[in-house]
Amino acid sequence: MAIEVRIPTILRSYTGGAKAVDATGATLADLIGDLEARHPGLRERLVDDAGLRRFVNVYLNDEDVRFLGGLGTPVADGDTVTVLPAVAGGAR
Amino acid sequence: MLTISRELVDAIVAHAREDHPDEACGVVAGPEGSDRPERFIRMENAERSPTFYRFDSHEQFRVWRDMDDRDEVPVVIYHSHTATEAYPSRTDVSYASEPDAHYVLVSTASEEPQFRSYRILDGVVTEEDVKIVEAYG
Repeated sequence: MAIEVRIPTILRSYTGGAKAVDATGATLADLIGDLEARHPGLRERLVDDAGLRRFVNVYLNDEDVRFLGGLGTPVADGDTVTVLPAVAGGAR
Repeated sequence: MLTISRELVDAIVAHAREDHPDEACGVVAGPEGSDRPERFIRMENAERSPTFYRFDSHEQFRVWRDMDDRDEVPVVIYHSHTATEAYPSRTDVSYASEPDAHYVLVSTASEEPQFRSYRILDGVVTEEDVKIVEAYG
């Protein structure tokens, strides 16, 4: 078994158009490392030096990982990780 | 061009007026590939601010999953500007990440609200015509 990662439209150019891909890892950081090995370029769209990019939301099952342990959040086979672009903006 | 029903335009403008002076935001979902906005979903502005909006991440997760289950996509993503014109700001452009969405901006800065629509792709803003129809043909 693996962890299913659901990919938003904007990042599907990295996954050959796939809406969901499999990856493995013990933590979210590991998982993103594995994703990068399988789909080069993806990592940079998800994280920067400070951690998760503010332009993306990453969920472990139903929970935003910012409310869990961020990149250190443990993940396990059978989990689903969902990536969504954050929707935000403003007058300035 | 964005083709949208009068009823949806009225619903978006009403939401913008209701939340004024804070920014209002939401989505109109439609069947994947149809480019037809159908299902109005008002979203919470987690920032509750007159100059900034952000979808609450939990609400967004539920709404996006719901759309996924119904084979829908966010055809329109709207928000309001309450003191400035209905044109995407630099922040709007930097966050825009749904390549197929129509980004609708409503300005409630003046008596008569402005309703304008844009495509935002790779940081480039292109305004498009808005065709308001009584019903979809």
